[in-house]
Amino acid sequence: MKIVVCIKQVPDTTEIKWTENNTIQRDGVESIMNPYDVQALETALKIKNSRDDVFITAVTMGPPQAVDMLKKAIALGADDAILLSDKKFAGADTYATGRTLSQAIVEKAGDYDLIICGQFAIDGDTAQTGPAIATRLDLPQVTFVRDIKEVHNDRIVVQREIENGLEIVEVRLPALICTLLGNDEPMRARVAGVIKGQNFDVKIYGHEEIGLTPDEIGIKGSPTYVSKAFRPEKRNDCVFVDTVEELAAAIGGEDV
Amino acid sequence: MSKGILIYAEVLKSGYVAPVFFSLAAKAQELSEKLNGEEVMALLICKTGDAERFKEGFQACGVDKVYVYEDEHFDHYSTELYSKIAVDLAREIEPAIFLIGATTQGRDLAPRISTQLGTGLTADCTGLDINEKNMLAATRPTFGGKLMATILCKNFPQMATVRAGVFPFLETPVYKDTQMIYKNHNLQNFETKAKLLEFIQSTEEVINSLDNAKIIVAGGKGVKTKESFVLLDRLADVLGGTVAASRGAVDMGLAPASIQVGQTGKTVSPEVYIACGISGAIQHTVGIEGAKKIIAINIDKDAPIFGVADVGIVGDLNSIVPQLTEYMELRGK
Repeated sequence: MKIVVCIKQVPDTTEIKWTENNTIQRDGVESIMNPYDVQALETALKIKNSRDDVFITAVTMGPPQAVDMLKKAIALGADDAILLSDKKFAGADTYATGRTLSQAIVEKAGDYDLIICGQFAIDGDTAQTGPAIATRLDLPQVTFVRDIKEVHNDRIVVQREIENGLEIVEVRLPALICTLLGNDEPMRARVAGVIKGQNFDVKIYGHEEIGLTPDEIGIKGSPTYVSKAFRPEKRNDCVFVDTVEELAAAIGGEDV
Repeated sequence: MSKGILIYAEVLKSGYVAPVFFSLAAKAQELSEKLNGEEVMALLICKTGDAERFKEGFQACGVDKVYVYEDEHFDHYSTELYSKIAVDLAREIEPAIFLIGATTQGRDLAPRISTQLGTGLTADCTGLDINEKNMLAATRPTFGGKLMATILCKNFPQMATVRAGVFPFLETPVYKDTQMIYKNHNLQNFETKAKLLEFIQSTEEVINSLDNAKIIVAGGKGVKTKESFVLLDRLADVLGGTVAASRGAVDMGLAPASIQVGQTGKTVSPEVYIACGISGAIQHTVGIEGAKKIIAINIDKDAPIFGVADVGIVGDLNSIVPQLTEYMELRGK
């Protein structure tokens, strides 16, 4: 069974600050593997642990530095890693990203039974790239997946979480699923894995190598564009306190 | 030429049209006015006979036309079937704007449609407007609510999803002589690769306790572990309050979805709302607008939650919350 996991390198949004000039300060902000994609990888690894025919390919689109994140994916147990890196990929919206990733999966990852994406990325929070890939590859999709119940050669049974309850869904393979975060302890790489990751030769491809033209990718290939970005208005003047005594007073209804 | 505003009318498992549809229809009236009165249309996929039941609702919220796809088998959502219907309809009627509620169903469906139509989709908008070139200007929070971006789309239809509660309903109904257009289709035996085996409804007990709570202690992603979440339980106990969670905390499995506050969860209005480790993305804060007082505990002094809080403290909740609990205990509340 071949599983492709799509992962994204994101800035740790809790670290992003505003500068005095009202611009977003991204320098020095640590990049992390999107937590939902960590869960996607973990889901693939769980399947790998339950069967002996699983081959996992991790795919990402990002800057050259994203190699480190892919090496970490290898260290955790992925078998292959593909980085799509090209200046022309920059500025892609979810439409262009879906096209780039789906094309790369077909061209470079080969056959696949299951594609797993995180439900959201914590920077953009659109939840659109997974379904966009599924649509382009004409695959059925199951989103908001909390757990995998059964894995068979030709189908899987998953549990998804919606507003007012849980759904148990059976989907024929090949398929794409999008995962929510789980309850598991964070994965840790073994020493052998770390060494394998460090030495792993991550394959890097640009747009020509996956057969896309500059018009189909990045800003040019994106139907949407940002016309304006601004700082959200504050609705309140927050009074900052330093002690729990002051907090307690505020809870008790006293003015701070 | 693409014209008019199409809105997807999601039918809930309870058998009603989702509230988010009516808030989108209200917004669409305003957009339609700015577009010189272009039509407001709805797409409805439902069980045979249900459309007539919904007609009055469509009339009252100013919908000009409803495209109805009825079948006795259309009793639950299917990504493959519903996206096929929506794509075929959009190709036929060519709307300029296509709006979908950002429910789990809408978020599953919308990117499927936009990708097939070769157009853009702006997720989770908190503002929709028409710009000077008669294009849809969709504003959404990004980077965890720290930045707002206004996004335009080069292709048609210009698509956007919006969460429930973002736009208000119409204050007074705009009655229209709504035209119900029943579409013929051959989708009775449409084969889908994904099949719903079972639906397990969540229990309602906890939700009710949030409705009446005077004090709510809520945890977000910053709580990080289940052990830390227990600290919030203790504080709530001492204060005689109830515990709630943000979507981030629920997604991390720290708390059940039934106590989720925010756009996809509950809207609450306690006397005091204590937000612990909640960054304060707009998706969360729209659920607590009714709170009389908001107190925020967060390690990040730039967290958007401080923009809506009345009182804030910057620091680690793992030390502040136990200290506060102890202080409250000693003080006897």
